[in-house]
Amino acid sequence: MADYAHPETLVSTDWVAQHESDPKVRVVEVDMDTRAYDEGHIPGAIGWAWNSQLCDTVRRDILPKAQLEQLLGSSGISNDTTVVIYGDNNNWFAAWALWQLKIYGHQDVRLMNGGRKKWLAEGRELTLEVPKVPAVTYRATGPDNSLRAFLPQVEAALEGGGHALVDVRSPQEFTGEILAPPGLPETCQRGGHIPTARSIPWSKACNDDGTFKSADELRSLYGAEGVDGSKPVIVYCRIGERSSHTWYVLKYLLGFDRVTNYDGSWTEWGNLVGAPVEKGAVAKANA
Amino acid sequence: MKAEEYRERKTEVAGWPVNLASYRLGAVFHCKADNVSPGAALARTTGSTREEAEKKALDRAGQLLARTQVRAV
Repeated sequence: MADYAHPETLVSTDWVAQHESDPKVRVVEVDMDTRAYDEGHIPGAIGWAWNSQLCDTVRRDILPKAQLEQLLGSSGISNDTTVVIYGDNNNWFAAWALWQLKIYGHQDVRLMNGGRKKWLAEGRELTLEVPKVPAVTYRATGPDNSLRAFLPQVEAALEGGGHALVDVRSPQEFTGEILAPPGLPETCQRGGHIPTARSIPWSKACNDDGTFKSADELRSLYGAEGVDGSKPVIVYCRIGERSSHTWYVLKYLLGFDRVTNYDGSWTEWGNLVGAPVEKGAVAKANA
Repeated sequence: MKAEEYRERKTEVAGWPVNLASYRLGAVFHCKADNVSPGAALARTTGSTREEAEKKALDRAGQLLARTQVRAV
């Protein structure tokens, strides 16, 4: 973990195994498909479903503060609990949860490097037992919307320049050849990307085992596209979960101060009437 | 309980790359198929053998991937 700007936000699978019984630590598995948690999870871990427990289920939004407080409280998480989050899909939804907990001011929340995949591949202990945790009272702060980009901010960034826009979807989504990841439902009317965005797929930040690349490798990856922290960065994907992964990388591994996750993402932009869209090949860096 | 015999392999289904991760939990083999890039899970299946679990995952992935339309740009 050395050389990352904020190594305290990342723990290894070894660290989690060593803290299984630590009462100050709450491990949470976050998945889109919670069958993963149900088939076996880290002993002591509780499970959260991204689409039903970490999103507003009425309007498209993150959880309202009161619901976030209820979720954390019922999960036995106090304001001073160390929350360690991991999940499937290389921690996409875990990163979403971390981003949301940061929006609501939780101090000590960390990702498990490599996520569920690494834990399984290492043959570590799993359980079917769902822990019974005593409910506590949780008081959130915020929301801290400096971590989040809304549509007007993206439009203003596009008009004014001075921002770096990073599209973390796959290259074929970026070019507009496909409207959604292969095999998933199309959620937009138009394909392509936001003008001036650089294509840096989220997966380029990871090694084959799901762990994050070194700080030097990450600096080179993003720096090659002109994303070096010298100007504010807005990251987006299709629905905001892959981009929360990249948001985490830029914010906590590289230490960029001004990084926002546009969770409206392409599902919002690609449905807007009259919004500018670029299609085709990956743009060259214009820095 | 531990995941044993964990293995990943890549293949192609309906013209799309697919990653299969399979492992045994007790007597049951589990398999997850994802779409490599971007890496979204497409299917999660079980079987009494690895081959059975993988076949179910590939069948389901194939159904989903066949719906993906590629547009000229």
